[in-house]
Amino acid sequence: MTAVAAPPTNPVEPFLRTERIPHIWCPGCGIGTTVNCFTRALLESQLNLDRVAVVSGIGCTGRVAGYLKLDSFHTTHGRAIPFATGLKLANPSLEVVVYSGDGDLSAIGGNHLIHAARRNMDIKVICVNNLIYAMTGGQSAPTTPATAITTTAPYGAYEPSFNLPALAEAAGASYVARWTTYHVRQLTKSMNEVLHRRGFCFIEVLSPCPTLYQRRNKMGDGLDAMKYYREASKVNNGGSAQDAAITKDGEIVVGKFVDRVRPDYMELMRNRLSSQLGEDYVEVENLLCS
Amino acid sequence: MAKGNVTINVERCKGCAFCVEFCPTKVLALSSAFNSKGYHPPHVVNPEKCSGCDLCGMYCPDFAIFGYKVPAPRTEAAKHAS
Amino acid sequence: MQAEPRGVLTGIHFLDGDQACCEGALAAGARFAAGYPITPSTEVVERFASRIPTVGGMFMQMEDELASSIAILGAVWGGAKAFTVTSGPGFSLMMEHIGYAAMTETPCVFVDVQRGGPSMGLPTLPAQADMMQARWGSHGDYEIIALCPNSPQECFDLTIKAFNLSEQFRTPVMFMMDECVGHMTEKVVIPPCEQIEIFPRRHTHKTPAEYKPFEPEADLVPAMVHAGEGYRFHMTGLTHDERGYPSMTLPTQDKLVRRLQDKFHAAEDQLTLVDEAGMEDAEVVVVSYGITSRVAQRAIDMARQQGIKAGRCRLIGVWPFPDKHLRQLAQRGVKAFVVPEINLGQISREVERATGSFAHTIAVPHAGGSVHRPEHILNAILEAVK
Repeated sequence: MTAVAAPPTNPVEPFLRTERIPHIWCPGCGIGTTVNCFTRALLESQLNLDRVAVVSGIGCTGRVAGYLKLDSFHTTHGRAIPFATGLKLANPSLEVVVYSGDGDLSAIGGNHLIHAARRNMDIKVICVNNLIYAMTGGQSAPTTPATAITTTAPYGAYEPSFNLPALAEAAGASYVARWTTYHVRQLTKSMNEVLHRRGFCFIEVLSPCPTLYQRRNKMGDGLDAMKYYREASKVNNGGSAQDAAITKDGEIVVGKFVDRVRPDYMELMRNRLSSQLGEDYVEVENLLCS
Repeated sequence: MAKGNVTINVERCKGCAFCVEFCPTKVLALSSAFNSKGYHPPHVVNPEKCSGCDLCGMYCPDFAIFGYKVPAPRTEAAKHAS
Repeated sequence: MQAEPRGVLTGIHFLDGDQACCEGALAAGARFAAGYPITPSTEVVERFASRIPTVGGMFMQMEDELASSIAILGAVWGGAKAFTVTSGPGFSLMMEHIGYAAMTETPCVFVDVQRGGPSMGLPTLPAQADMMQARWGSHGDYEIIALCPNSPQECFDLTIKAFNLSEQFRTPVMFMMDECVGHMTEKVVIPPCEQIEIFPRRHTHKTPAEYKPFEPEADLVPAMVHAGEGYRFHMTGLTHDERGYPSMTLPTQDKLVRRLQDKFHAAEDQLTLVDEAGMEDAEVVVVSYGITSRVAQRAIDMARQQGIKAGRCRLIGVWPFPDKHLRQLAQRGVKAFVVPEINLGQISREVERATGSFAHTIAVPHAGGSVHRPEHILNAILEAVK
């Protein structure tokens, strides 16, 4: 008789705080899908997982930190990026990933986003964009496309919305990509790419919010959103982020828009200080106290 | 012969049907059974078509399913020959 | 543990309070500061920016106080000792993160060089009107430590104490300077590093399997870890259990917020930080802090010359408020407390609360912009003994 080997475990399992699963995300929400991509990217990257830290803000995507079995920080609304900045500078050997939502990162956190990009701070930002403030019940976000119904735009949004890749690029990001939760393979590849890069990297992932965005706009459920992503997405690797604006039911431009090598913050700091201070400059590997 | 298989964690499933839709060989369908939360989890309807590609696992937002490759078993004759 | 030599500028210096505070932070082991320019505090970080590259560490001028106040928390969890510096309007902006630091029990120091308020107020002139804010500024129930220096020398010495207390109690500490102390230049003696006692980070000795980030030790304070050490811990500002996981239930909330206060109450005696003189026979005690205490001393001396039994109780630690100590003074026979402060009555309320059943409190308010005149305080002392 042939011995049957035990079936393998789900590759995502060792990354989860399993005592907290099932998670709070709704049926058909895409955040969990992005977590699958992230964990597979971590595995492929072969990074020392003890050195990977995840920093989240507040919101549905902000809950990612709580489910990942890595050093993980659930910080204040909009401030994951400056927290991550302090964390990284104190211990540059850490790989610091900010995992947060579109409202958290581009509304209340907008200022920190643009400055971290400007500084080319070596942190990797995964921005899950569900076009809405989901956790608090479906209010408008800076990314909500015109005419979409939200609880604070009950007659349809009329503000121009952010094109996040263009914003990140203009602010100075070294790497900018957009995918959707339909593009699981490309998203995983992008995430793996940034884990081996230095500098400010920004990956936007469009993701369904079935309970609020989809339902209030009569666009079906999470699966309907995924089908829309499949149908409406157009891959434009190397294309211009300026042309990647999102509308309520139009084309979705995805791909890697920006990939440029620039010295990152620490490099700039060290170069400047050592050039001015010479031997007097005390360069330290980290800021660890005893 | 199947080249892959899936493991389904019925209790974690929230019945979103991503796995059903995005399986390239249509191995899965939502079952009529319920889990304890009242969702219909998927079940395997075309096992021989599973390649173990794990796209279901990649898509599942609830970490409730994953696919894996199964090595093809050797035939009886091949076993005796070596 | 003694101070690290490279951060200690041993010698006799002529520094203002802001500069001395920076030296205190360096001596205490601070190797990361984040800040945003705001008068009259900016010199603290300007000096730090200039000094730290030759000590070994980093300064970041962040885009605003919101970023500064949380960047230091990230740095602490990455392993550093860190602080930020601000004044009134920036202090208001930092409140969310002071609460976050209290809730996550992150050791760090927030320096507030107080100026006239409210709002923009008097950017270049002193006040002491953020004292209640230091205690109650963030939402929710938490306790805080606040120290008040009254000289550049104390700006050096007490900054070290602030860092030490922050590590011992795993708490943010408010360092409440004022514009006068911050911009006054005096002799500051910085001793050799062997003479500077540093409280080290309370790092756990447990393994990752055993360690829980919010499990209190015997003194109700949990031990700490840093990111990157293999502990794979989680931290959140949500109400959490000992594992650090969100646990938004009534029993968890009750247990957590009570412990966040009890860890200070259990150390009441240690945290009663007062500087007293003339208390043996005092019938009236002047309770003051910061720059006002120096004017108050003049008034006390003038009162004594007139035969009035006046004593000095200078508060070095204003929060937790030394309730027990003041009540004991009142119970032992002090008839009145005179409380001059550069505000319209903040700590005077605390004195009255603590001693009201036994003694009379006379506030000596000042709207802000300068220090009291000694006669102003003397009049209140005379009033008190009538």
